[in-house]
Amino acid sequence: MTLEEKQQDIIDEFAIFDDWMDKYEYIIELGKELPMISEENKTDDKLIEGCQSRVWLNTDVVDGKMNFTADSDAIITKGIIGLLVRVLDGETPKDVATTKLRFIQEIGLHEHLSPTRSNGLASMVKRMKLSAIAAS
Amino acid sequence: MITDDISIPFDVSRIRTDFPTLHRTVNGKDLIYFDNGATSQKPKVVIDAITEYYTNNNANIHRGVHFLSQLATAQYEDARIIIQKYINAPLSEEVLFTKGTTDSINLVANSLGELFTEGDEIIISAMEHHSNIVPWQMLCERKGCILKVIPINEAGELIMDEFDKLLSTKTKLVSITHISNTLGTINPIEEIIEKTHNIGGYVLIDGAQSIQHIKIDVQALDCDFFAFSAHKVFGPTGIGILYGKKEILDQMPPYQGGGDMIAKVTFEKTTYNELPHKFEAGTPNISGGICLGTAISYLSEFDLGAIHAHETELANYAEEKLLEFDGLRIIGTAEKKTSVVSFVVDGIHPFDLGTLLDKQGIAVRTGHHCTQPLMEFYQIPGTVRASFAFYNTKEEIDVFIRAMKRSLNMLR
Repeated sequence: MTLEEKQQDIIDEFAIFDDWMDKYEYIIELGKELPMISEENKTDDKLIEGCQSRVWLNTDVVDGKMNFTADSDAIITKGIIGLLVRVLDGETPKDVATTKLRFIQEIGLHEHLSPTRSNGLASMVKRMKLSAIAAS
Repeated sequence: MITDDISIPFDVSRIRTDFPTLHRTVNGKDLIYFDNGATSQKPKVVIDAITEYYTNNNANIHRGVHFLSQLATAQYEDARIIIQKYINAPLSEEVLFTKGTTDSINLVANSLGELFTEGDEIIISAMEHHSNIVPWQMLCERKGCILKVIPINEAGELIMDEFDKLLSTKTKLVSITHISNTLGTINPIEEIIEKTHNIGGYVLIDGAQSIQHIKIDVQALDCDFFAFSAHKVFGPTGIGILYGKKEILDQMPPYQGGGDMIAKVTFEKTTYNELPHKFEAGTPNISGGICLGTAISYLSEFDLGAIHAHETELANYAEEKLLEFDGLRIIGTAEKKTSVVSFVVDGIHPFDLGTLLDKQGIAVRTGHHCTQPLMEFYQIPGTVRASFAFYNTKEEIDVFIRAMKRSLNMLR
């Protein structure tokens, strides 16, 4: 599945929800399911301190592909991280660096990526992109 | 019976009609606004006063001979007198317009602080907002002063025995919040003021969370400084007050230099204007000052005792209902509290709860509330805080409790 197809996949999944709470119920389920990052990787250098929630991000380059694991202490943040990792993990540095993450806007969760939300997600996406630029 | 009580009878549904924002929807639901600790909503009289000022009366103050400048100046200075009377300050020049509580505290830290020397001590408490911590830390770094902190107990009350131990002849200033923004604790400021004065120190009261709930009488309190923000007391943002005793303000050097604060400027030597202008450099927030006057006049129509009783009833009702949830803990259980209910739920992050409540139209505050040292004391990342104003209702709390139930079911 291409990066673009993965984005469309998520947009289609969310299209069935017509209520905000249903959407969040799904995100929370995603958050609960995901053991995202190993405890030994939850170190301070991988920590992104948001005002509202904390995010840990681990980045690697394996065989020319970006490898991401991440976690958060807040479950909604974690669910959204799950979506971002699903889209970007295993992609080439160039694609990670240049692709517009349109799915977030289309499923109505862009507020969570706003820097003013201060949940750490905006900084996390920035760090993902910067690590991809560094690897390309 | 003859009575001089001319206040309006307390009627929440009538009060609510004064506040347009309360009647909007958020995420398709009727807004329930429980973030009054962060800022209050504005009554229509204040909104109209802002429009009226910019529509008809806008001019710069204190310097024009023309009609509009005179009018704006008169309105701005009238507002100062309204505020003076409201807090019962002896003199209008003791009422300084600032940008808000933070600015007021910084003014004292930078100006009075100039008179401090190495080894002088400043006392704050463990429940202070960052704006009543950081300016003093900066002063301590500049001047070699020492910052001391009154500890609190688990209930979120000051340990007054420890305060007694911290007080000494080295104490130059005690800067303390009247009411904790995170815990709702009402501090025994009368006792603090008296004890501090006994050793010759000054007291600054951070009244950001008290001015809208408790009748303030700076003469009865005998505090040296009292700071508050307009926006928490139904006025506009970007304007606030520092009350200071004249004899102390007179000794203090100016904080900022510029227009309006001078008597005469030459390149050799500038002399400064009298109070209050000495501390009001530059064109101020004119409409803000005038409309703070409007907000205070509006609030003056009510009996603050009745407001306080209503808000306390709301907070007690909310606490009682919230405590029915498993694993929910109220943070801040002081005997003397105002209408702030801060809580945590075992295994649930405040951000998640706040997000789900928002989607149900309920505005609460989540996070550390600019009191990180306090969060460290309780060993929590943050709380969910519902803070009530006189326009909130029990029915709103019922909706909030139902929304809490739904959110917790989703998150568990």
